Amino acid sequence: MALNRKIAYIDLTTGDIETKPIPLEVRKKFLGGRGLDAYLLLNHTEKGCDPLGPGNALIISGGILTATCASATARTHVMAKSPLTNMLGSANMGGFFAPELAWAGFHHLVIKGKAEKPVYIWIHNGEIEIRDAGHLWGKTTTDTQWAIREELGDEDIKSAVIGPAGENLVTFANVMTGIKNSAGRTGMGCVMGSKNLKAVAARGSMDIEIAHPVEALEHNKHFINQITSAKVNQTQGALGTPFIWGATNSWGGVRTRNFQYNQCENADDIEPERIDEICEETMGPYHMTGCFGCQVHCRAQYKVPSGPFAGKYDEGPEYTSLGAFGGEPDCKNAETVFAGNHLVNQFGVDNLEIGSIISWAMELYELGILTNKDTDGLELRFGNDEALLEMVERICFRKGWLGDTLADGGLPAAEKIGKNSFDYLVQVKGMNNLHSDERGTPALALNIATASRGSDHLRSRPAIDLYHLPEKVLRKIYSSPIPYDGPLSSEHTAYEGKPWQVYWQENCYMAVDCLGICKYHTVFLGATLPNFEDWPKVIYYNTGLEMTPEEIWEVAERCNNIERLFNLREGLERDDLKKGDTLSHRYFDEPCRRGAPDIIGATIDREKFTKMIDEFYEHHNWDKNGVPTAETLERLGLDKEPSHLI
Amino acid sequence: MEKVLMINHQKCTGCRLCELVCSVMHDGVSNPARSRIKVMKWESEGLYVPMSCQQCEDAPCMNVCPVKALSRDEDLGFVTVDYEVCIGCRSCVAVCPFGAMNYNIIDRKVFKCDLCGGDPQCVRFCEVKAVEYVNADRVSNYKKKDAAERLSAAQKEGAALQAAM
Repeated sequence: MALNRKIAYIDLTTGDIETKPIPLEVRKKFLGGRGLDAYLLLNHTEKGCDPLGPGNALIISGGILTATCASATARTHVMAKSPLTNMLGSANMGGFFAPELAWAGFHHLVIKGKAEKPVYIWIHNGEIEIRDAGHLWGKTTTDTQWAIREELGDEDIKSAVIGPAGENLVTFANVMTGIKNSAGRTGMGCVMGSKNLKAVAARGSMDIEIAHPVEALEHNKHFINQITSAKVNQTQGALGTPFIWGATNSWGGVRTRNFQYNQCENADDIEPERIDEICEETMGPYHMTGCFGCQVHCRAQYKVPSGPFAGKYDEGPEYTSLGAFGGEPDCKNAETVFAGNHLVNQFGVDNLEIGSIISWAMELYELGILTNKDTDGLELRFGNDEALLEMVERICFRKGWLGDTLADGGLPAAEKIGKNSFDYLVQVKGMNNLHSDERGTPALALNIATASRGSDHLRSRPAIDLYHLPEKVLRKIYSSPIPYDGPLSSEHTAYEGKPWQVYWQENCYMAVDCLGICKYHTVFLGATLPNFEDWPKVIYYNTGLEMTPEEIWEVAERCNNIERLFNLREGLERDDLKKGDTLSHRYFDEPCRRGAPDIIGATIDREKFTKMIDEFYEHHNWDKNGVPTAETLERLGLDKEPSHLI
Repeated sequence: MEKVLMINHQKCTGCRLCELVCSVMHDGVSNPARSRIKVMKWESEGLYVPMSCQQCEDAPCMNVCPVKALSRDEDLGFVTVDYEVCIGCRSCVAVCPFGAMNYNIIDRKVFKCDLCGGDPQCVRFCEVKAVEYVNADRVSNYKKKDAAERLSAAQKEGAALQAAM
């Protein structure tokens, strides 16, 4: 059964491997996935540890529902101290890796130490082996996966790997599986590279007993109906996430030219319909694919239509690649988006971070803060597609002064470049933001400012805030499972009630990440999708564990507080521009220049923003500095951390 | 009327939910190694093809079985294994031209699709209809229609091209 999946502690310095069951008490407190990973990170690293040193723990996991008869339990979570932010590192990917890991007997891997030479970890039906990876070093992400399959003679092996960017310690290198599934954020691939760990390969055929199989099967059918009947998922299934970029751009909510503009004009060639057309032209009418057990199938298939990579098969491009290689650098050619997407997938680097950091460099170049001497003669201007793709390669291989500098991440690069370059960097806690613009949406601004892994939309974004839902609908969603009778506003430009929505979403997404399911299967983009009230049955039928909606909420709260404790341990201070819960001055000082009437001229009001942060802390029962109170920690059983339960 | 599984691999998104629900339905566990249906993948090309038993009329597995453990279900027409008789020699696995007779190393038994007693779960859960359960005599009709649609589209495209020249 799911609850008998084990945890393995792997020390790459000594080669020691220890496997242990996960006690029921631990399951009840953290469920699994990201929540338990956070507990493990807090307990298995020392304060101030070097993210690239042997003391950092790289934790890879599935959720408690992974590979059970629940919908879309495909997610793999990766956690470590981040080399990009020096704070919490956490990234999540779809695909087929975590289910295979679960069929091989494991839910959590804690990898410490550093191998003397390149290695990979091979996990097969309860057995774990550390193998030489000398022949894999230097290979792209897909070549690595295919080579492992060939070497071990099994086409069904699933691997989580790094590409050249991870090997070259690019601080925002990612971990990948399949063609494009990426644990993209906070540089988890860099941590893998620092440990000389090229891949973790898994293959299993061990039964996961379903506690109540008949009920689980029936309930899954019901669940899938709920998920596929949501319009937003039907659109995702047809156009993928580019549809969100298209819709947001038409309104004026995307970043262009490194936050100078909030709308990308004349972008016909990268509109979702055009992207879909190219996918259809190169892959035929059925060109959407999905992760394990998921009926949303939001991932497009394509072959690069033209240019130097013409004919190469790939998947995507997602919202983020449209932002990174289209809107943000103001390169409005589909060919560039497809090519850029292909490069990041092959090199194994976070498309979001690399797109943002290159656009930042473009703005610096246009301002004269970076010169031709710094770029080795490259005309690093907005709209220069060739320069954009060239920079992707330079960063991933640390070529030239600028490539090497940017590969260190925004904060170190700003220090190295000097002048007032930092003022133009749109980051929170050292990580760049999604290519969306939150100046017109206070709730979303609060989300990115307080997200535990740095500027990010997948930790607590109340995306449905943009739908202008009637207050009574909002109240139905946001006052369960914990009663809430404070203000709620249907108006996306309002500040009232938003801290509660962000707080609620923070717990909702944490629960999802503990379960190991996808955020398209909860209240993220669709208001009718499952949440706390719907999960107890899924958990019970599949694992036998009885939990109420309130208990699941409390697990999420506990896990979010652990992430908070980790960040505080690593130096989070509320108003610190580099490590705090705040935004770049640009959100407050530079009004939106384009878009719909509700967006033009919008900025975030500094005073109201401060008040939102205050309220957000109050909902958590944290003090004015964002530190959990003794009472909160005691209530959640976190008053003795690190408590080393596991 | 006898019904069969009709697979249109073009529609398959490769999610493998069919493998999951098959093993849950038959064995109460999640384990693709126990699934009667399996999605074969060429990941580097994005090609996915679900494979399952064709319930052949002149079934090689039935013919080859040395102890006559295989027979045809009279109501639904699928080929079924009598485990009381089966000796586990795997001749049927060797002879099946589709690889649809499986062998499970956990129970050390051969196993195959039994159409879930007339309500195949792979079909029930496949929202994109890559796997359908249709009357045996209708399969060619569906294929005809698909082919006709392609032909008609090609003709329209051809005419448009000619007009443009």
